[in-house]
Amino acid sequence: MALSYVLEPAVSGFNFENSTRNIVLENGSEEGKIKAPKPMKTGTTIAGVVYKVTRISKLDNLATSDEVVADKMCAKIHYIAPNIYCCGAGTAADTEKTTDMLSSNLTIFSMNSGRNPRVVMAVNILQDMLFRYRGMIGAHLILGGVDCTGSHLYTVGPYGSIDKVPYLAMGSGKLPAMGILEDRFKGNMDLEEAKALVSDAIHAGIMSDLGSGNNIDLCVITKEGVDYIRPHRESIYNYKRQAKYKYKPGTTPVLTKTVNQLELELVHETVQMMETAGSS
Amino acid sequence: SSSCTFLNVTFLYCDENVCVCVQTTIMAVEFDGGVVMGADSRTTTGAYIANRVTDKLTPIHERIFCCRSGSAADTQAIADAVTYQLGFHSIELDEAPLVQTAASLFRDMCYRYREELMAGIIVAGWDRRRGGQVYTVPVGGMMTRQPVSVGGSGSSYIYGFVDSNYKPAMSKEECLKFTAEALTLAMERDGSSGGVVRLAVISEQGVERQVILGNQLPKFSTV
Repeated sequence: MALSYVLEPAVSGFNFENSTRNIVLENGSEEGKIKAPKPMKTGTTIAGVVYKVTRISKLDNLATSDEVVADKMCAKIHYIAPNIYCCGAGTAADTEKTTDMLSSNLTIFSMNSGRNPRVVMAVNILQDMLFRYRGMIGAHLILGGVDCTGSHLYTVGPYGSIDKVPYLAMGSGKLPAMGILEDRFKGNMDLEEAKALVSDAIHAGIMSDLGSGNNIDLCVITKEGVDYIRPHRESIYNYKRQAKYKYKPGTTPVLTKTVNQLELELVHETVQMMETAGSS
Repeated sequence: SSSCTFLNVTFLYCDENVCVCVQTTIMAVEFDGGVVMGADSRTTTGAYIANRVTDKLTPIHERIFCCRSGSAADTQAIADAVTYQLGFHSIELDEAPLVQTAASLFRDMCYRYREELMAGIIVAGWDRRRGGQVYTVPVGGMMTRQPVSVGGSGSSYIYGFVDSNYKPAMSKEECLKFTAEALTLAMERDGSSGGVVRLAVISEQGVERQVILGNQLPKFSTV
């Protein structure tokens, strides 16, 4: 079945070509073994709220890899379409690539049909893809946007389940953030109230969750346009490096030097002639 | 790895990715002239309630709905696929589809992919040939027609209530009261069910939907 937004029809079933390649790399011969890099997770707090006519999405800024903070200023609000933005929690690479692909597909759709994409279309495309991969793509997303039918907030889970809700928090810090949202959310809030609410919800996530931290980004989407405020609230802990950690070559004295000659023997020699003559 | 129990079936999932389940209580009752369907509104991810106002009564066609239980992703995907197939079939036929057709489509999908899916579905609706009908397609892909059907993790607690209180030839209002009471009892006892009670009445006239909020649920002496 041809879809209006992709240049090639989707391959049926799962495409795990990269997994087989990874297995070959990891189990290569003794010298050829390569260790796969660990996936970077965004322990995260993200939240979205529908207020009056529009929507706000907020994010904190931390990306972690195990216990190490990999990126302190990572941007978790991804652009999908001029009127649709997406917050991503879960595996950082997955959320990045999934949202990038979605954004490209929606642009193709816009060009093919001459219409602005609707939020529900973005959600359906995501759901199709994530369900097809059976939860292997670790993307927990909050999609929000304003289109001709109004303002909408959806959450898409990694297995491909969707929920349409007026307010939501996801990520490792969702429990404290959800507490704040449940307490203070009202229908039909105005802009400043909604911004304060979402800001406080993310702040609660940052304070109570080790995987969330640093600054708070805010994205307000209205019919008139998008206000991407990065950062909305900066972390009160502003780290200034105490000293420079670059050292001149020769700083460390060399005490001893041992050279081991490798016994190499020529096993096989092939010569491939290049076509240097001019082509006709 | 941790495990998640649904009815008497246990399935294992990876620790990292917790599956979103629609552990639930769903119910449908036939009456003369239509069906009454009901569901609770809780979706859980492990011990966290991901959505406390879920709508588990999904429209498949104008007068055919389904109640979903099991994995949220699986049931949403199945419902979408069946909606497409039934819509196509209805256009080809130039006629409203039969409830049995919808139930068969669900059954085909649930049985063919039974190893990969975790879905318990109750299909109910009204058509001109046989009036109100309820078909149940539990986990595994069986399909059978029943005058009253309950499903989901909370259903275990209300089989006694349903068996003793169901009478054939109840009116629409009696069916609504019966469904609301049964769901309330299940929600009180089952941790995976809760929130509000969503009801839908499907008849020749169309679909009427209602929501019973937590504080308006029927009260029982021991709860």
